[in-house]
Amino acid sequence: MFVVVVGCGRVGAQVARGLVGDGHDVNVIDQNAEALQRLGGDFPGEFIQGVALETTVLEAAGIERADAFVAATNGDNTNLVIAQIARDRYQVQCVIVRVLDPARARFYEERGLVTVCPTRTAIDRMSEALRAFATADGEDA
Amino acid sequence: MYAVIVGGGKVGANVGRALLRMGHEVSIVEARPSRFATLESEFEHIARYGDGTEIFVLEAAGMARADVCIAVTGDDEDNIIIGQVARDHFGVENVVARVNDPRNQEHFDLLGVAPTVCATESILSLIEHEVPQHSLVHLFSLRRENLDIMEIGVVEESRADGAALADLTMPPGTLVISVLRNRVGRVAASDTVLAAGDQVVVIAEPGQESALMEIFASE
Repeated sequence: MFVVVVGCGRVGAQVARGLVGDGHDVNVIDQNAEALQRLGGDFPGEFIQGVALETTVLEAAGIERADAFVAATNGDNTNLVIAQIARDRYQVQCVIVRVLDPARARFYEERGLVTVCPTRTAIDRMSEALRAFATADGEDA
Repeated sequence: MYAVIVGGGKVGANVGRALLRMGHEVSIVEARPSRFATLESEFEHIARYGDGTEIFVLEAAGMARADVCIAVTGDDEDNIIIGQVARDHFGVENVVARVNDPRNQEHFDLLGVAPTVCATESILSLIEHEVPQHSLVHLFSLRRENLDIMEIGVVEESRADGAALADLTMPPGTLVISVLRNRVGRVAASDTVLAAGDQVVVIAEPGQESALMEIFASE
């Protein structure tokens, strides 16, 4: 499949590299030219420097023929807006959006977006680990 | 009426002042600490500190009982999200949003955040009105209502030149509402006779531009 990834930070870059490793075609958008370094010198896809809110930038990255779209910039609202543009304007079948705020993640999940919320994951994992400790501790006592 | 304004810059603060003068209840949400401090010294409890794209901040500002949400931050993506959350999460019936970059207007339209106000577009319309480069100028759009108000220059030898309004067959969904001549505007009447150099103000459903141009601006 062909995937457009927006945001080439820690998350976006590793998702892009992983997809390439699985044999998929991937183009990456970031507004910062230096972000290209995170992809490594052997990255086979295109890197487009630009603001993803601009449709010319999205189209230069090939959004019109994308099977999947990943919104992983460090701005929740930017991610939510470009994800909806990808879905509603370009009819991209699979749209995945990173949202740090759990409340906004839930709201847009209900509106049909596939949201990934690292904050929610951290809360759940930490609570789980602490509960496991409390249970084990309780058994010891 | 209760209005929640998100974004306490020049636009937000001035809209807030005006609504307060009109006797309405207002909250102004501002995320920047320094700007919030300035707002608080003037507006006291009406100013609220917080990121207005966070649902709990809007909840604390009473968005659920707001009659109107005014999203006027300097970020278009924030204004879109505020508009969507106000309407669909809090059920606010009236949302007004500011478009900072006119290139983002299409995103507001696509994602259903309307009506919108864009200063750049308004300034361009005014320039076009004062110094017309084109014979058809969009003055004002009621997007949700599907109506445009535009100004068209009457060209010499066009069908409109010398014709009374009553005798002019207008395209469906269009109406001449006033005629500007020598900088004086008059409300259009059926016996108003048009002349080259007049500017007519027309209210129209979108998509009638070329039909209107044919009547007023083609020789």
